[in-house]
Amino acid sequence: MGDLFRQNASVLANAIATKEVSAVEVTQAHLDRISAVDGKVHAFLHVNAQAALEQAKAVDAKVAAGTTLGPLAGVPLGLKDVLAMKGEPTTAGSKILEGWRPPYDSTVVQRLRAADIVILGKTNMDEFAMGSSTEHSAYGATHNPWDLDRIPGGSGGGSAAALAAFEAPLAIGTDTGGSIRQPASVTGTVGVKPTYGGVSRYGQIALASSLDQPGPCARTVLDTALLHAAIAGHDPMDSTSINAPVPDVVAAAKRADVRGMKIGVVKELGGEGYQAGVSQRYAEALEILQSLGAEVIEVSCPSFEYALGAYYLILPSEASSNLARFDGMRYGLRVGDDGNNGVEQVMSMTREAGFGPEVKRRIMLGTYALSSGYYDAYYGQAQKVRTLITRDFNAAFEQVDVLVSPTAPTTAFKLGEKLDDPIAMYLNDVATIPVNLAGIGAMSLPIGLAPEDGLPVGFQIMAPAMADDRLYLAGGALEAALTDRWGHLLIEEAPEL
Amino acid sequence: MTSISRADVAHLGRLARLELTESELDHYSEQLDVILQSVARISEVAADDIPPMSHPIPMVNVFRDDVVKPSLTRQEALAAAPATEDDRFRVPRILDEE
Repeated sequence: MGDLFRQNASVLANAIATKEVSAVEVTQAHLDRISAVDGKVHAFLHVNAQAALEQAKAVDAKVAAGTTLGPLAGVPLGLKDVLAMKGEPTTAGSKILEGWRPPYDSTVVQRLRAADIVILGKTNMDEFAMGSSTEHSAYGATHNPWDLDRIPGGSGGGSAAALAAFEAPLAIGTDTGGSIRQPASVTGTVGVKPTYGGVSRYGQIALASSLDQPGPCARTVLDTALLHAAIAGHDPMDSTSINAPVPDVVAAAKRADVRGMKIGVVKELGGEGYQAGVSQRYAEALEILQSLGAEVIEVSCPSFEYALGAYYLILPSEASSNLARFDGMRYGLRVGDDGNNGVEQVMSMTREAGFGPEVKRRIMLGTYALSSGYYDAYYGQAQKVRTLITRDFNAAFEQVDVLVSPTAPTTAFKLGEKLDDPIAMYLNDVATIPVNLAGIGAMSLPIGLAPEDGLPVGFQIMAPAMADDRLYLAGGALEAALTDRWGHLLIEEAPEL
Repeated sequence: MTSISRADVAHLGRLARLELTESELDHYSEQLDVILQSVARISEVAADDIPPMSHPIPMVNVFRDDVVKPSLTRQEALAAAPATEDDRFRVPRILDEE
């Protein structure tokens, strides 16, 4: 079946279940691939080959015993380093957690284990998921496999790059303002931010609790759906987890049909400020959807132009509160404890030494927005804008089944280009942020390369809360039509590393 | 909306327990000012009659039964601590010497 590391997850799972290959062989092939290319890509912060091979061996034993296995059993995965995994280094890309080994598994990890998915290791990310380029990782940037001088997106650039470099066919991301979708967009891979509460946040190191959402990443829509189904569902350990059946995303990905579907083009997300090649591929994708039998109409969401402003007040506010726990007392880094310094001094020295520039920037911004005298003008106003954006979505979904836009305004930019220009960096998330503010689900999938730079362009599909299956129905149809046209998946055009 | 000064940043650093350096004070006062200017537009749209939204899912008081479940052992809970003493977290002094 060719190089094992180039195969998609569903193909590998099937080959393992039918004993065509062993899970150990599949895992070893990916570990070898990581050894061969991760020196250039730096998608992984930590790989535990021994644990992965042991997990794979256990899958092979189950196959030999004739045990019925899940649809992804034995398939390797990269886990974003923001999710706690018992006994394995978990840093969230920060020096303040260097060397920390959680004493428990996050719910996502528990479910991955239960599904017999083999966890290869932890993937790189912007520190505490703050960023759109993975350059804010305290452990060095990840490089985009399409062009090693460019960013892989962020914050989950490690997970997306691992997929695009064929280091893993599956990955987990978390999405607070686009951290699954924007990396998918710039690496030619697929990523889904589920409806808020669809996947448990228990054991996810919190950035902004009312926005954070873990989700699946893969190279195909079907693989993404299979992973989505494996990790989703109610969890009593997360009080914001939705206690309702998970939409049948796998069936939707297999049905892949947009006939009769009403697709709304968000007027405010596109046009000015979007790269020409992004707009061109986006327009072509809309034509394809139309030719497949969808009705494409334009809708207006006038409050979206205020989403970025509201987000960059709400997120830092929640983050400044969540990150207060990193005080150097119970775990993580401690600096300045010389017997003379008092506890507040030690905390201040620890946080100064342990946090990077973007984290400090956002902590101070949030502290400011929440402080007495400014609360109403900033945080209070931002919460009202959140209401307006949610109303815009609700009104739009009365007219259409799904909404669409480009995922990101540009293709991957050069490493270093926007590193110390927070506003330019924040603008990458302009099309992905409204989804998080409203708590709905969205997907990014590749729709081609921009003619001017030959880099992947992402297409965003947004669905009402708890209708995540529609993402896969539309995404699956578009992917099938494009794959038909190209004769292969876009990712197969990625350069050799 | 007000602009943010170097002294404001120093104050925020104290509130947020960040021992900022002199160059950080200069750098961040400039950047935070730019960021705040760019987000200030949100005050244009949100009228008084719009209710604030704190969370995407309207739910309150999610309860569970109050039953004892297995939890971390003392050893596990202390395993990652920077310093321990007598089976407890050891912390720097919390009172000023007077």
